[in-house]
Amino acid sequence: MLANYGYKDASGDFFITIDTDKCDGCGNCVPACPVGVFEVLDEDPNDPMRDEPVAVVSGEKKKKLKYECNPCKPDSDRPALPCVAACGEGAISHSW
Amino acid sequence: MAEEKKEFWRWTESNWKSPDINWNDAKYMTVGIDVGSVSSQAVIMADGKVMAYGNMRTGSDSPNSARNALKFALEAIGDMPEDRMDYCIGTGYGRVNVPFADRSITEIACHARGANFIYGPQVRTVLDVGGQDIKAIQCDEKGKVTNFLMNDKCAAGTGRGMEVFSDLLGVPIQEVGDRSFEFKGEEPAAVSSTCVVYAKSEATGLLRKGWTKEEVLAAYCKAMAERIYSLVERVGVKAEFAVTGGMAKNRGVMDRVMPFVGLERMKTEWDTQIAGAAGAALFGFALCKKGKGRKK
Repeated sequence: MLANYGYKDASGDFFITIDTDKCDGCGNCVPACPVGVFEVLDEDPNDPMRDEPVAVVSGEKKKKLKYECNPCKPDSDRPALPCVAACGEGAISHSW
Repeated sequence: MAEEKKEFWRWTESNWKSPDINWNDAKYMTVGIDVGSVSSQAVIMADGKVMAYGNMRTGSDSPNSARNALKFALEAIGDMPEDRMDYCIGTGYGRVNVPFADRSITEIACHARGANFIYGPQVRTVLDVGGQDIKAIQCDEKGKVTNFLMNDKCAAGTGRGMEVFSDLLGVPIQEVGDRSFEFKGEEPAAVSSTCVVYAKSEATGLLRKGWTKEEVLAAYCKAMAERIYSLVERVGVKAEFAVTGGMAKNRGVMDRVMPFVGLERMKTEWDTQIAGAAGAALFGFALCKKGKGRKK
């Protein structure tokens, strides 16, 4: 499942997508993010029949991703995003 | 004397009972409660078939709204004791505030499951336009979510926005859809803002310029349709396409969304507002069958 967390407003689209078929719930993304956008839950809230742990974007962060992620997205010389780099399964992507 | 203020946004609450199902014959009675930001539904299922439902406005208190919706559905049945229910699942914005729920499940999962039930297993794309959020979901033939997004940061293009407009223009909410097509000549351009607050002041300006109510409605419906489609576009469209939530009843918006989608939207006899609660009740049934129901 592609879980798109975030929002669209007049200034653009701000979504973090987690591919839950790739995510194995290892939790590497949690400490990798300097502002704590991710958390790992024991059960996927959007797939109640799945019992394995999965990473999600935490509820309080998903409405302000544009600002939370801003420090990792400089205008030039943009390095790999720490969350994307930390995920060995390649399950995390950003829309902006 | 001041004229009595009429509330045009007040849509009709309803409850319903299936004439063919007797709760005495059922193995598992499950309940889904969807407490949304604007409306609350309770669906009572007997072995995965809808036996009754209640659909009402959410009050200021989520636990009470949940209780009232369930009471309303039980009233439709009449003789079923409340403790006959085997499992209850809460969903929606107020899902953690359903005091008698055995567990809660997100509205994403429930709407996909509910749309699969209401429209049938051909549904691949579900658009839910609720009171204060918009969900675009892709699902498989079992109603399992494969891709979703939910925009709940901004109420632009949602049901509550339409309620505000119906009140502003003095057009009963049920008539908004048809009235928005009753203009002469070319369809007016969309209002430039979908934000409810800005669109409202824009509409006031248009009325002052001499636009008819119908033209203003058309312009607002168009703007909502554009906003709604921009979210659907992100998850993508696969046939068949189904719409749930209160906005599915407003053809002023939906008939303007569908040309963007490029498909016919599916039809149903069910009340589209019960999709989330129906999905929740079905999950309850699935959990009971798996032996994961309530410990007795």
